[in-house]
Amino acid sequence: MKPVTSWGRLSADPHHVVVLNDPSKVKSLVCHGAHPGVAHGMGRSYGDVCLNSEGVLWVTTGLDHFIDLNDSTGRLVCEAGVLLRDIQRLVIPRGWILPVTPGTQLVTVGGAIANDVHGKNHHVLGSFGDHIQNLTLIRTDGEVIQCGPNKRADWFAATVGGVGLTGVITQAEIQLRRVSGPWLDTETVPYTNLDEFFQLADDSEAAWEHTVSWIDCITRGGGRGFFMRGNPTNVGDRTAPQSRKLIMPIVPPVSLVNWLSLRLFNMAYYHLKKWQTGRAITHYEPFFYPLDNLLEWNRIYGSKGFFQYQSVVPLEVGQDAVQAMLKEIARSGDGSFLAVLKTFGNRRSVGMLSFPQPGVTLALDFPNHGERTHKLFERLDAIVRDAKGRIYLAKDARMPTELFEAGYPRLAEFMKYRDPGISSGLSRRLMGS
Amino acid sequence: MNNKKRMVIIGATSAIAEHCARLWLQKQPADLTLLGRDAQRIERVATDLKVRSPQSEIRIVQAEFLDPEAINATVENIVQSGDVDVVLIAHGSLPEQADCQDDLKACREVLDINGVSPVLYAEAFAKQMAKTNYGTIALVGSVAGDRGRKSNYVYGAAKGLVTRYAQGLQHRFAGTGVKVVLIKPGPTDTPMTAHLKAKGAKLASVESVANQIVEGIEAGKPVIYVPGKWWLIMMIIRHLPAFVFNRIGI
Repeated sequence: MKPVTSWGRLSADPHHVVVLNDPSKVKSLVCHGAHPGVAHGMGRSYGDVCLNSEGVLWVTTGLDHFIDLNDSTGRLVCEAGVLLRDIQRLVIPRGWILPVTPGTQLVTVGGAIANDVHGKNHHVLGSFGDHIQNLTLIRTDGEVIQCGPNKRADWFAATVGGVGLTGVITQAEIQLRRVSGPWLDTETVPYTNLDEFFQLADDSEAAWEHTVSWIDCITRGGGRGFFMRGNPTNVGDRTAPQSRKLIMPIVPPVSLVNWLSLRLFNMAYYHLKKWQTGRAITHYEPFFYPLDNLLEWNRIYGSKGFFQYQSVVPLEVGQDAVQAMLKEIARSGDGSFLAVLKTFGNRRSVGMLSFPQPGVTLALDFPNHGERTHKLFERLDAIVRDAKGRIYLAKDARMPTELFEAGYPRLAEFMKYRDPGISSGLSRRLMGS
Repeated sequence: MNNKKRMVIIGATSAIAEHCARLWLQKQPADLTLLGRDAQRIERVATDLKVRSPQSEIRIVQAEFLDPEAINATVENIVQSGDVDVVLIAHGSLPEQADCQDDLKACREVLDINGVSPVLYAEAFAKQMAKTNYGTIALVGSVAGDRGRKSNYVYGAAKGLVTRYAQGLQHRFAGTGVKVVLIKPGPTDTPMTAHLKAKGAKLASVESVANQIVEGIEAGKPVIYVPGKWWLIMMIIRHLPAFVFNRIGI
């Protein structure tokens, strides 16, 4: 037994860790175990989706082999434990790129599929699952299922975004996208309120592939921020920026993110960032993965860990709902430095439990202050519920069952594909087993 | 003829060796020979490396680890197709100490695979390299070979054999064009140590260990402790007087 934490560091319960290193042995290791398990990659999801307290974790990071890359079609076949970082570094110099990547590249392919992760270009290219052509799923009864958008599509729709509950993903085939190099033409535009944000989002969707924004949810009730947008660009060979890695060396006894530091940080960040507004040529690593060089940054929230609260609400009510959430946060006195606001494109996700849906998504970090933090979440839940929105499973550690059921209308359909030998903290909390 | 560097890895399915190969090929395409016992597992490693470096020449040799004649023939065969720049001898297995104490057969196997076999391979390559006065022999030993401890002394004895052997080989080739590098990894996060990891042991990442090995081989260092802190730790352990050493449960 070994204590395992997820990215939010809210718990460190013991787990039976079973390391999967050899694809030919996965079946014998996951089949017919005495206790249910769940696949665990880099543990970058925030809550309990990758945890199974007192149970089995099948760690997949040893399944890290490439199998095939077709340089003329951009089809990549690899094992599920391969990191997105290793794919990007391999394929970008060869003229290809992952079409969709989340805000960190330190995640496995299997985890990216199971959480159907999205990136800054959702309005153009959808989520990670939209680019999977085929995947291999091993069920705990020994069945091996090959599925994709055109093959056993029901199993595919259950597994993409299925948070690991339909089987263990061991291999995937990804359709990469042509790219001329590692550079992006980017622009940072300040906005002073939500009206301006929505106008910028609207204006940017047609001409910009990547859009995202940082929002200051503290100063003057919240609402000002920076809108970042970017397009891949061909600027020839340039020297890539030296990535200096910093590490948060310790877990402080209390969160370093607090009432005072947040105010100072938000003010400083806003005013420093103001100098950087305008156009620039940016390397993909700092643009897509701004925090990856700050290793173990989750430790700044201290020994009690932190929650991430990411919701999506439909566009029609989006502005009101976001405004209402910012107001609640300001009222609570708690706040989030890493607040990200982004509009999703008008498209339906592949997976039955995929998170992205048309609308606007707001992601917030909160240090864990126990009851006080939960009270705030209840008020945010009410806003999400009224707006007919949903909360992202990859980030969640606490949402009430009824909000989950209301937010994910395809749940009943999904349940038919669950593997009875698989269970996670999240599945027991929200699905009863 | 090509001018790619020629690398040979004995025990190519070892995670440390495989990560060294990834780093070598990332620097520049090479001519790489992967040798192992299990054809399917070497095939998996070779396929991956081929995707990472399509310009590299990658050959697979399935071979015996213990039979001296077979080893001799295999190495002669490899050397026949051109001089070898670097041979990395990395195979081995980490047993439970208790199994070695209970079962002499298991004990013998551990000594053979971790001690005798690497020495036979190194000796076969040394014979060839002595003729051309060129090449590097890198042997993966272990910090466990520095002092016998009750928790793993049979494995430690085999690795200690590799240590003494490497010292002698370094003496033999001193001042020649043949370099001998002895690598002593501390506990590293690999499939071989999965059972330690499951118990919660803190292990060094295989990428960083491989990185230091590749740099050490390039610099031609005679002994590489990875991570470097193990040099200090093992120096202390080696010098502890028996009356102290015997009281600690390591």
